[in-house]
Amino acid sequence: MSRHTLSVLVENKPGVLARVSALFSRRGFNIDSLAVGQTEHDDISRMTIVVSVEELPLEQVTKQLNKLVNVLKIVELDPTQSVQRELMLVKVKADADSRSHVLELVQLFRARCIDVAADAVTIEVTGTPDKLEAFVKVLEPFGIKELVQSGMVAIGRGARSITDRSLRALDRTA
Amino acid sequence: MTERMTGAQALVRALEHVGVDTVFGIPGGAILPAYDPLYDSTKVRHVLVRHEQGAGHAAEGYAQATGRVGVCMATSGPGATNLVTPIADAYMDSVPIVAITGQVASAAIGTDAFQEADISGITMPITKHNFLVTDALDIPRTIMEAFHIASTGRPGPVLVDISKDALQADTTFSWPPTMQLPGYRPVTRPHSKQIREAAKLIAEARRPVLYVGGGVHKAGASPELLRLAELANIPVVTTLMARGTFPDSHPQHMGMPGMHGSVTAVGALQKADLLIGLGVRFDDRVTGQLSTFAPHAKVVHADIDPAEISKNRHADVPIVGDCKEVITDLIAAVEAGGRHGDYADWWKLLNGMKETYPLGYEEFEDGSLAPQYVMERLSAIAGPDTYYVAGVGQHQMWASQFIDYENPGTFINSGGLGTMGFAVPAAMGAKMGQPDSTVWAIDGDGCFQMTNQELATCALEGVPIKVAVINNGNLGMVRQWQTLFYDQRYSNTNLQSTRRIPDFVKLAEAYGCVGLRCERPEDVDETIKKAMEINDVPVVVDFVVHQDAMVWPMVAAGTSNDSIKIARDMAPKWESEE
Repeated sequence: MSRHTLSVLVENKPGVLARVSALFSRRGFNIDSLAVGQTEHDDISRMTIVVSVEELPLEQVTKQLNKLVNVLKIVELDPTQSVQRELMLVKVKADADSRSHVLELVQLFRARCIDVAADAVTIEVTGTPDKLEAFVKVLEPFGIKELVQSGMVAIGRGARSITDRSLRALDRTA
Repeated sequence: MTERMTGAQALVRALEHVGVDTVFGIPGGAILPAYDPLYDSTKVRHVLVRHEQGAGHAAEGYAQATGRVGVCMATSGPGATNLVTPIADAYMDSVPIVAITGQVASAAIGTDAFQEADISGITMPITKHNFLVTDALDIPRTIMEAFHIASTGRPGPVLVDISKDALQADTTFSWPPTMQLPGYRPVTRPHSKQIREAAKLIAEARRPVLYVGGGVHKAGASPELLRLAELANIPVVTTLMARGTFPDSHPQHMGMPGMHGSVTAVGALQKADLLIGLGVRFDDRVTGQLSTFAPHAKVVHADIDPAEISKNRHADVPIVGDCKEVITDLIAAVEAGGRHGDYADWWKLLNGMKETYPLGYEEFEDGSLAPQYVMERLSAIAGPDTYYVAGVGQHQMWASQFIDYENPGTFINSGGLGTMGFAVPAAMGAKMGQPDSTVWAIDGDGCFQMTNQELATCALEGVPIKVAVINNGNLGMVRQWQTLFYDQRYSNTNLQSTRRIPDFVKLAEAYGCVGLRCERPEDVDETIKKAMEINDVPVVVDFVVHQDAMVWPMVAAGTSNDSIKIARDMAPKWESEE
């Protein structure tokens, strides 16, 4: 199975997330990651969905998604032609002895320390899933107390926008 | 012009504007505000059913008999959940219905209020789309959108859930509203390159088959199909949802394919080198074991729903479009191509199969009634202009096999979902949609006991349907599987209806209908004729038939179509005919 990143533009209406996620589970697809948020247009939300499926079932789930009335557009983002990021917040044990080692790793990974306590620091880091995985690995020896991670968001490289045409469709009906 | 009125009045006005003439439903607390202006409407007739499931199936029957959107209405909570089965049924068979439900007041939503159910959540996977309306101002636009979505593209059920406070609120009404459906764009025009590609395959094929499904009738494309079939001289099979779309009497008709299809239809698909699938979805009941289905065939697949194409079977030539436009373009492309395929050997093989393996059945030596004989006589006496409405099970298969359908849309049944209890309410809806036509419900004694309460509705509302109960005292199809696959251990399939509990004749009479009974072959014609003469009240005929009658041919579930049996342990010898 291979991982695919779908950018799904949807109408910003209640219940749309439920429709999309229910469709995946009903048709037997597991979502690896899902992120949803506003776009530059108030009426459009954008979901970034990462699924592990073969080519053929991916085509089927994309067609089924397209049938949802609230779905405006679906684009599969090629990892080589797009930028993909996840955000992670991680709380690591760090006392006076180990803190400098931890902060060194923070620098190396171009992460940020966002909270400090006597025996722990909280770190914010963004990057590809590979980078976050590597970061967690190097932090593990210090003792990870808590970890939270966002779904992946992704955007195509270059000047082209996937929202342009969907915006025009929205304007026509308004 | 903008007028002031309540949300409920706006709802009724919107229904009038979209052309609704009949609504099937039952009032209750949350939908009550809507029933007040409905009481005054001179354009919308509300039919008070006895169970919401009946309202839903009636809307389906109405929709299928008329081609218009069927409408049902129910209150919140249990009223709405009782609509779930017909909504799922309509979803599976692509029937355009709009279900309108009352919802608890918007402030109470999510509080587990009295008669609250999240019906839009519940029906999410079984509707084409659904709406929850909590602002009266949105009602007219939502109704217009619901009818548009239900009736265009691949048709299907749409649910509109309206909170009680939205129905009660004062609002403004103006018509027409502007639809806001930026994400809804059904494709109806087929791609010309794919059409040319399909025509090329047709000319090159030696063993083509037109595999015709419900989408062809829904597109109103029966005349075009006839032209294409005759022009290209290609054999036609009609699925359960397409019976009548191509005339049964036509020499190019090979019958119904699938689990209980004719040997010729199943054989034609298995031996074909080209399938031209029109408005079909390669359902498992047609394909049998998918990996061995039509193993030598290339596939042209045309459907209005892009998600159906290559879902189950890879399409060599995918065509997304409305079947009427697709077939019209195919006709032009085949004509333009100028050359015809050479199908002489193919026709010889198929005609030989048709002659050797006609549909048949076993008569019983004890003089009891064979259900298939009842179908044959119904077909002969009621004729091809009658609408036949069946539920699910043995009676449905016999109705499909032994009634001759000549006209599109004259066989209405629960295909995809296989809903017991579909027939009586759907026949009621069909009769209300086609009041000048004869409507025969064909039902099993199991199915009939699920929804026969709608006979009261039929009797009181003046809907004189006719019901043939094929009473074998059992859940017949399940019993058939127990006979074949469960060592004749008849666990919980004997309804004992032949002991006359209930007595269907008395039951009919209790509901203000005429009840007749027929138990011997020699009485069949007379009984049917008698039923045909009664046109002022509904008629129920209790056809008491032999419990051991089985549906043949049969492809056992999950096995290859190649292992079709024409009777128990009897396989056709089609391999040797090559």
